[in-house]
Amino acid sequence: MSLDTLLSYNWGIMTPEFIILVVIALLTIFDLFMPKTMDRKILGWIGLAAIFAAMVTTASLAGGSVESILDDTFRLDSFAIAFKLLLLAGAGLVMFLAVSHEAKEGLENYKGEFYYLFLTALLGTMIMTSSGDLITLYIGLELLSISSYILAGIRKNNLKSNESAMKYVINGSISSAIALFGMSYVYGLTGTTNLLDIAAQLSVLMDSQHVYLLGISFLMILVGLAFKLAAAPFHMWAPDVYQGAPTPVTAFLSVVSKTAGFVIVIRILLTVFGAAATEGPGSVPLLLDMQDYIAVIAGATMIIGNVVALKQTNIKRLFAYSSIAHAGYLLVAVTTLSSNMFYSIWFYLLAYLLMNLGVFAVIQVVAGKTGSEKITDFAGLYRRSPWLAVAMGILLISLAGFPGTAGFIGKLNIFMGAFATEGHYVLASIMIATTVISYFYYFGVMTQIFFRPAADTSKFHIPFGILVVLIITVVGSIWFGIFPNTALDFMHNNLNIIDDFFS
Amino acid sequence: MNLNWVLSTLVFSPLLGIILLAFLPKTQEKLIKLVGLLATLPALVLSLAAYFHYLAGKKLSDFSVSAEWIQFRGMNANEPIFSVYYELGLSGFQLLLVVLTAIVATLSAIAARYVKKEWKGFFMLFLLLEVGMLGVFTAENLILFFLFFEITLIPTFFLIGKWGYFEKEKAAYSFLIYNGLGSAVLLIVIMILFAKTGTTNVELLSQMIADPTAPLSADLKLGLFIALLIAFGVKLPIFPLHSWMLRVHVQAPPAVVMIHSGILLKIGAYGLIRFGMGIFPEQFEMLAVLLAILGVINLLYGAFLAFIQSDFKMVLAYSSISHMGIVLIGLAAMNEAGIQGAIFQVISHGLISALLFFLVGVLYERTETSIIDHLGGLAKGMPIAAGFLLAGAMASLGLPGMSGFVSEFMAFLGLFKVQPWIAAVGTIGIIMTAVYLLRAVLGMTFAQAHRKFDAIVDLKGVEYVPVIVLMLLIVLIGVYPSVLSSPLQATLETIMLGLGG
Repeated sequence: MSLDTLLSYNWGIMTPEFIILVVIALLTIFDLFMPKTMDRKILGWIGLAAIFAAMVTTASLAGGSVESILDDTFRLDSFAIAFKLLLLAGAGLVMFLAVSHEAKEGLENYKGEFYYLFLTALLGTMIMTSSGDLITLYIGLELLSISSYILAGIRKNNLKSNESAMKYVINGSISSAIALFGMSYVYGLTGTTNLLDIAAQLSVLMDSQHVYLLGISFLMILVGLAFKLAAAPFHMWAPDVYQGAPTPVTAFLSVVSKTAGFVIVIRILLTVFGAAATEGPGSVPLLLDMQDYIAVIAGATMIIGNVVALKQTNIKRLFAYSSIAHAGYLLVAVTTLSSNMFYSIWFYLLAYLLMNLGVFAVIQVVAGKTGSEKITDFAGLYRRSPWLAVAMGILLISLAGFPGTAGFIGKLNIFMGAFATEGHYVLASIMIATTVISYFYYFGVMTQIFFRPAADTSKFHIPFGILVVLIITVVGSIWFGIFPNTALDFMHNNLNIIDDFFS
Repeated sequence: MNLNWVLSTLVFSPLLGIILLAFLPKTQEKLIKLVGLLATLPALVLSLAAYFHYLAGKKLSDFSVSAEWIQFRGMNANEPIFSVYYELGLSGFQLLLVVLTAIVATLSAIAARYVKKEWKGFFMLFLLLEVGMLGVFTAENLILFFLFFEITLIPTFFLIGKWGYFEKEKAAYSFLIYNGLGSAVLLIVIMILFAKTGTTNVELLSQMIADPTAPLSADLKLGLFIALLIAFGVKLPIFPLHSWMLRVHVQAPPAVVMIHSGILLKIGAYGLIRFGMGIFPEQFEMLAVLLAILGVINLLYGAFLAFIQSDFKMVLAYSSISHMGIVLIGLAAMNEAGIQGAIFQVISHGLISALLFFLVGVLYERTETSIIDHLGGLAKGMPIAAGFLLAGAMASLGLPGMSGFVSEFMAFLGLFKVQPWIAAVGTIGIIMTAVYLLRAVLGMTFAQAHRKFDAIVDLKGVEYVPVIVLMLLIVLIGVYPSVLSSPLQATLETIMLGLGG
């Protein structure tokens, strides 16, 4: 390949990725040459600036046509832009948490790494959203995973953090291997790794033996990715990892990493298996044929996540199960495959990003002060810091899905999809019933905050970064609850996902 | 004159109070209570203005407001847009409930003088609750209705759980979970209707459901109606979905019980009439006998259990169940007299129970008990309060000349026309009502005194306001029922049109 061909590509569409990549390189070098005694916080702020710049450039790319580089290994379509904005917003808020995080238990020696590993993980997720090829998808996934493994264990002297990293590495790599094995079948059947070429070839699949093989491959990929989403019954790692990791990392895993998980699920399942014929050209796609498997996983995830959450006494474990449950709600949207699926998943992830990151900001303040992570530490929060308590209350109400908050509109979107097409009544009913179960534990935290007396009446110091996160998340949760169309119209007017996605 | 600002202002005016309160220092007890009370007044004034606007012969549709709010879009350009509008409006029935809500809210704000701690938080939640209630009765589509409906849940949970009596947290939880389940079922109904028809506007829906070409099978309609019945049955409450409501009545602070028993329970009746009967008249007719039986069960079950209670609050709680049975009986009659009786009962019970629970609050404030035996000899110690208590009980048991009589009479008149046997069984309930109320009230006022009433003062000062206002309204409806029946006329005609067709 000559230089001319290389230069002929429109590299401009990768600007956001380049910004992040360059800043990662710079931060690594700075960290190396900075005096040991110097505060590494400045690196975090540089990272934040990079994320912001990447967000602006991503937004400016919206509205154009689909472009791709190097035979679709990198493609910029509306889907990529929409989800990249979410990932960048999530990572930006996590970065604010990280800058305000008090380093201890071994983390103080690795503060530089703490910041730029978030950026490498973010880069991985961005590559995943923009990839039209199995290889780059997998590379993005691994970049995300490996960065996350280190981040989970970065509190070197904390036993739980080490346990968390170990469990995450083992579970994560097994699941990656399973997904990769599944992908290898697809490659074997079609001889290509380009998603759209695969789709074209599979849509004329005639041989029933091949369909059977493809079915196995579907299940393997589904299982492998279900690990990443922490969907039941492959969710067991999540509570341990969430508990052991430092709070900003937990927030990252529960929001950004999960968003990326849904991105890859949609990319692979929809393009590859949404096109694969079951009985010759024009027949029911394999994805519809296999819908029930996703439905079972979705149902089990909602039930297990919400029911087990009832028993938790550790706040991070509680929110681990809560985020398992939310993955279940999102899987309902994946199952129904309705025409508003992209909308509903995107909006739900936006709402989830806001409410969950806000909650982790509060957890970071409270747990940082008390040194433990018990739910009872929240007792009397209303007395000690009324504003913090009210913010937490609003975020919890949004998580519980009460009207007037973004969480409600997100659920409404998913219900619409569930009832509109063929009517997934059972799945939708499970979703509503488990939502009511979730009131128990969300309001359980509220009971502690508002009803119980405080054991210790000292005030909280709220760092600037946390304050920013809280203001953005609380205002956002209410704003998108009352004026959801400000987000939905942006999607509708600038991004034409469904047309872009398959072209 | 353009009047479409009225309803939005009416519904959201309490928010102004919340904002004001947020800036007040939390130690200024008197000021906070005053601001809290004043913040309920704009809604009261506007609702009364709307009532007189109607009496002056003008149309209620002057107040309707509609604006685009949420669009749910499919991704393809050619798919229908699912729009939810912000639309508020009033019919005669809604108008009456809004007036009732505004009155009871203001009077409860007076009763909130007994709140002992954290007045600021209390009034902020209280006003938020008022926004929810006013919104519920003015919403013209199901999604907006649901939004306001859930807005009432959260403040009520906190008001019970924080300011209630001994077992408050348990009561708050059972309130939350039962009502949460009820609203979950309601949400399913709303979303199915929305997904199938593309609208949630009540009027459009009732036309669409009546249309035989609508994309809903008869089975689905029946299923949706039964789901609605369960959703609002939790709220009303219909036996056996009532246990949460007993706890709330006993544990919640007086101001909140006045609201809860006076207004919040009525949302169940309102929903059954407006959505159950309005959207699914055929299905309502199919299940009318079942509803009549459920009504009689409620009536008798409540009455018999009220008879053996030793706590006056429990007597009133069971009495609420019993009286809601009369609403069901009236509705099940499916004729004009019956439905009118049911609506009368909704409003009359709202006033009566607010009065009785206010008096319970007054008594508890002075004696720290609501056990009937402990209150014996009340007539000697607090003659005026005892007198009003007796009058309230008389209204509740349906003494002619008071509002309770008109509603019970009409509800039974309706049912006797269609289901004489069930109605005949139901009349036992009326007798029982007299028995349990007189037993309880006489036990408190005239029985042997077990305590001294020396240091206890009678009703005084501002406490007279709720008592006298409510009493006057009860008597007004009793002697001049057309204050209610004339605004209801149009609503009844619409309902009868849907039923009789």
